[in-house]
Amino acid sequence: MSATAQDASINFLNYDKSLKSWLFTKDHKRIGLMYLVAVSIAFLAGGILALLVRLELLGPGETIMGPDQYNQSFTLHAVLMVFAFIIPAVPAVFGNFVLPLQLGAKDVAFPKLNLASFYIYLIGVVIAMSALLVGRIDGGWTFYAPYSERVGDSILYVTTGVFVMGFSSILTGLNFIVTVHKMRAPGLTWNRLPLFVWSIYATAIVQVLATPVIGITMVLLFLERFLSIGIFDPALGGDPVLFQHFFWFYSHPAVYIMILPAFGIVSDLIGTFSRHRVSGYLFVALSSVAIAFLGFLVWGHHMFVSGQSATSSIVFSLLTYLIGIPTGVKVLNWVTTLYKGSISYKTPMLYALMFLFTFSIGGFTGVMVGVLGIDIHLHDTYFVVAHFHYVMMGGSVIAGLGALHYWWPKMTGRMYNERLGKIAATLVFFGFNLTFFPQFIMGSRGMPRRYYDYLPEFQQMHQLSTYGSWVLGVGLFMILGYLLMSLKTGKKAPSNPWGALTLEWTHTTPLPHPHNFTQTPVVVRGPYDYHLVPEMFENAAEDGSVKSVHDVSQPAS
Amino acid sequence: MASHPLDGHPAHLEHHFVSSEQQFDAAKMGMWLFLITEILLFSGMFVLYTVYRSWHPEVFALVSEVLDWRMGGFNTLVLLASSFTVALGIHYAQKNDNRKLIINLVLTLIFALIFLVVKYFEYTGKFAHGIYPGAAFDPHGIVDGLDYAKYNVPYAAQFFSIYFVMTGIHAFHVIVGIGVFIWITLRASRGEFSAAYYTPVELTGLYWHLVDIIWIFLFPLLYLI
Amino acid sequence: MGDQSTGWLPDPMSTFAGEVDTLFYFTLYVSTIIFVAVMAAMVYFGIRYRRRSETEVPEFVRESRILETTWVVVPTILVMIVFTWGFKVFVDLQTAPPDSYEITVRGAQWFWEFQYDTGVTSANELYVPVNRPIKLRMTGSDVLHSFFIPAFRVKMDVIPNRYTSVWFEAIEIGTYQVFCTEYCGTNHSAMLATVHVVSQEDFDAWMVAQDQDLPPAELGERLFRQYTCVVCHVDTSVGPNLAGIFGSERELTDGSTVIADEDYLLESIVNPSAKVSSGYGLQMPATFGTMSQKQLDGLIAYIKTL
Ligand code: HEA
Ligand code: HEA
Ligand code: HEC
Ligand code: CUA
Ligand SMILES: [Cu+2]
Repeated sequence: MSATAQDASINFLNYDKSLKSWLFTKDHKRIGLMYLVAVSIAFLAGGILALLVRLELLGPGETIMGPDQYNQSFTLHAVLMVFAFIIPAVPAVFGNFVLPLQLGAKDVAFPKLNLASFYIYLIGVVIAMSALLVGRIDGGWTFYAPYSERVGDSILYVTTGVFVMGFSSILTGLNFIVTVHKMRAPGLTWNRLPLFVWSIYATAIVQVLATPVIGITMVLLFLERFLSIGIFDPALGGDPVLFQHFFWFYSHPAVYIMILPAFGIVSDLIGTFSRHRVSGYLFVALSSVAIAFLGFLVWGHHMFVSGQSATSSIVFSLLTYLIGIPTGVKVLNWVTTLYKGSISYKTPMLYALMFLFTFSIGGFTGVMVGVLGIDIHLHDTYFVVAHFHYVMMGGSVIAGLGALHYWWPKMTGRMYNERLGKIAATLVFFGFNLTFFPQFIMGSRGMPRRYYDYLPEFQQMHQLSTYGSWVLGVGLFMILGYLLMSLKTGKKAPSNPWGALTLEWTHTTPLPHPHNFTQTPVVVRGPYDYHLVPEMFENAAEDGSVKSVHDVSQPAS
Repeated sequence: MASHPLDGHPAHLEHHFVSSEQQFDAAKMGMWLFLITEILLFSGMFVLYTVYRSWHPEVFALVSEVLDWRMGGFNTLVLLASSFTVALGIHYAQKNDNRKLIINLVLTLIFALIFLVVKYFEYTGKFAHGIYPGAAFDPHGIVDGLDYAKYNVPYAAQFFSIYFVMTGIHAFHVIVGIGVFIWITLRASRGEFSAAYYTPVELTGLYWHLVDIIWIFLFPLLYLI
Repeated sequence: MGDQSTGWLPDPMSTFAGEVDTLFYFTLYVSTIIFVAVMAAMVYFGIRYRRRSETEVPEFVRESRILETTWVVVPTILVMIVFTWGFKVFVDLQTAPPDSYEITVRGAQWFWEFQYDTGVTSANELYVPVNRPIKLRMTGSDVLHSFFIPAFRVKMDVIPNRYTSVWFEAIEIGTYQVFCTEYCGTNHSAMLATVHVVSQEDFDAWMVAQDQDLPPAELGERLFRQYTCVVCHVDTSVGPNLAGIFGSERELTDGSTVIADEDYLLESIVNPSAKVSSGYGLQMPATFGTMSQKQLDGLIAYIKTL
């Protein structure tokens, strides 16, 4: 032991406090934290734009901005939320921080590449945002040709930015796949992997396989704008529907880049907070992989009214439903996990259960828009807007908030205020539903999306939605507030505050430096086998925290 | 951070790996995954080609005669030869024969450069007759009794757009490859590789084979059919 | 408007709208039932098995093969039902009856233009006879648009250089809203139109009335409204207010000035980017160049009266 003995007071946060040591770090934990800061800023910016969009829609006609500003606002909102926030968010923040720990590894397989991904991401964001200095970005996040080719040069910056961010996503995915394959601790067999690892693994597959296609699409859009190569623009003999195929071939799988990590989080949270083995472990694990692969076959469901052939529409519709099945397997298994569990309602668990509620609504409405006859009516209305906010905000982001609260003690060494956490979670839940549920109703009644102005009959629903966004906003700003506060005034976190069994919790908090594990851990049981270690909980504290395995096995000397 | 010579670790072993095998396996798997992304990048363009070809088969058949199959064929041979020399290089690295490794790397570099030179002449030959990608497309001039103006048909521009985009991106990969080979050759000349550690040579070789294989698909699709 | 409704969907006003609605409500109710069941189970377990002491460790529950199979089989059956049904409705929506009355639709930034078999055209006002299948042959002039009539449950993208189509048969006289649902720029949300479903007699009468010669200024007034000039030229900051513009001196972005005579007005409409008034952007679309000489004369005559 002596050769690798580490000083207990030195951890990854404080071993070197200089800015330089952060900016050039190759430590996956620090990189994860840097991503956390970056994506939070993107979320904040995208969210403020969303609030402005909602404010404009408070009444018909011009409320706070004109049509051009409105169109730019929702476009920028979506570009920030999708490319700069949600796609990198969970994999890059929690994947980076937690994945190597859960594998019992010292780091990801390619630490330098990992740091490079972070900077590539930043460069991509900067390029995309510099479009704002050049001109306007509108046309929505889908960049449909030929409109996107007519807006102006600014679109070149956005597409280049998206292209560059794509590289970051690919490299992160590649890194994680190799890490999962090659860096697992002894005894950590595939059927002992935490479900979070499984889902990050499935996500990484999608990242690696789908992202190159958006890359080439953006290159082609760029060249078309630059050299008029005539691939997509009908005025030059191109085909705009082809663009849509290219775009959705990436962007549909991309929605699973957003949601699969969330599935993993929810599995871990439900397992931990009900102290129960996740029911149907293998089904839950493999359904992630199934979703990842099926996700590649359904992109055409965004194009039922685009002029693609009827036959393709029918095939895409059929395949679309099939995705509901592995997803259903997960949802139903999460609920059955609660059966005969021991359920504790800490803030992260509130988010996990909230996820079940909101994501299911999003999923079911997804199946509804997947039905050919119905989608013709619902396509490009607020029904679709509500669907994807229920899955992206209500699914990915809510799960992400759960993850943030769950791993916050591990990441920062501090506990946040549990009571404020619960109040904020309640606000987020009600605010979210108030914002987006009315959108289902007005969408069914025909309210089209991307509308700066609307007919008076939709005003009531729009108003409810806007009020909801304020409640949601208050909840989210509260979270930001108390989390930042906790850094200064929060209680010191115990090493295992939730009584979890996955490897990251078996070690001291904050994690030591330079190595995650003083000794390579040897894994002898599954990630949720609580019934095998009842003795761990015999001396559980009032707040539910337990001594970590490490503390137990190595009494302080 | 990269080496712990005092711990008895080999110099190339990074601290977060348990063993050299693990490091080598990881690197190799990473490279394979990267190659898969490359294939997907190009398959986007192959799809584009297929779609436009199936919409306008006669146009594509007509204008593909503009491309000189002799030049394309020559370049195919050059790339095949370079793949062979890379493979030999790896073989000699495994055999600890540094001198032959370097010779083969240099040969590969030369082949790659020849490829680019031929490409340069192909491109300029096209440009001279107004064959550009996109809006600037305006074929003109007569060579060997062949009037280029007859290629000025609808969708011919699309063919050349696709041609230039595909071969252009491929050529870009060749250029990147040249950069990497120069770096690898320098490292080899410093004697950094041996039977115990030749990962960078092997990975570069894999990349180079991919560049070669993509050309093997591009050549018949664009020049021959 | 005929599309007010108390339920989820606007009242069905075309022959197949009812069919779409039944399918919609079926999926909605089935989803709701499963959703409520899942949530009820969650809440029940959540209360029943809440943690009572921090030291408790629940017993292990063996996985049930039957349960896992059910999770797969039941949803599969349900989605297959919905698929088959949705497929059937889709096919109905796709196939226009052979005796349909055909109208050509052109979508442009930012108006809809309708052309009837008699050669009559109208903008943003579509007249159709009731109880008769109508087939719209649609194409676009600039970017993508999408033609959506909620009350009829039809929607189809409109693509430049290509024809797409939708069909419907209206079952009740009235007026119905048309939206553009594919993002197409500044005035996407103002690219609205109205469908007037009238009796066959009224339709024929309307058609005849269209052929009559209106005085140019009156024609112009109507076009000014129909072709959405009002959206940018009345009460907004997007385009200049045109009142009193005729004969006045206009300053252009390049600093020079011109007198707004008839030629200038004509050029401003057909080729707006040629001379751009200072203080304004290039928002005005170039799509109006396709209007007939008569229409353009009408517009100019009308602008003179402002
Ligand atoms: C996180 C992102 C995410 C996720 C997870 C999903 C999930 C799904 N989506 Fe969604 N979708 C988007 C993001 C997402 N979507 C976005 C961003 C758009 C719009 C893009 C744009 O145009 O701007 C969109 C649009 C969109 C459309 C196009 C609508 C249109 O434009 O007209 C369709 C159509 O089929 C669709 C379908 C589905 C389906 C079937 C699922 C399925 O995966 C859902 C599966 C889940 C369940 C079904 C619930 C749980 C299951 C059970 C409890 C078991 C019982 C189930 C059954 C009996 C079925 N989505
Ligand atoms: C991940 C994706 C994501 C997320 C999270 C959101 C979040 C929100 N979205 Fe958005 N949205 C999209 C993706 C997303 N959206 C997309 C893709 C489109 C389609 C665009 C198009 O048509 O092209 C769209 C379009 C869209 C529209 C339709 C515009 C139109 O069609 O005209 C509307 C309107 O209501 C809307 C509203 C909102 C609101 C109120 C939120 C709220 O949930 C936002 C709440 C957030 C805040 C209020 C900020 C507070 C944040 C902090 C304080 C930071 C805290 C940090 C930590 C806790 C770490 N969005
Ligand atoms: C989307 C907005 C928009 C629409 C629709 C629109 N215009 Fe304009 N129009 C503008 C703008 C902006 C300008 C000023 C810039 C310019 O001169 O191009 C302008 C300028 C003009 C001018 C020149 C006035 C001057 O400032 O000298 C005329 C005349 C005109 N429009 C007539 C019309 C008519 C007629 C229609 C409908 C058939 C119409 N416009 C529709 C935005 C619009
Ligand atoms: Cu036309 Cu939107
Ligand atoms: Cu999709």
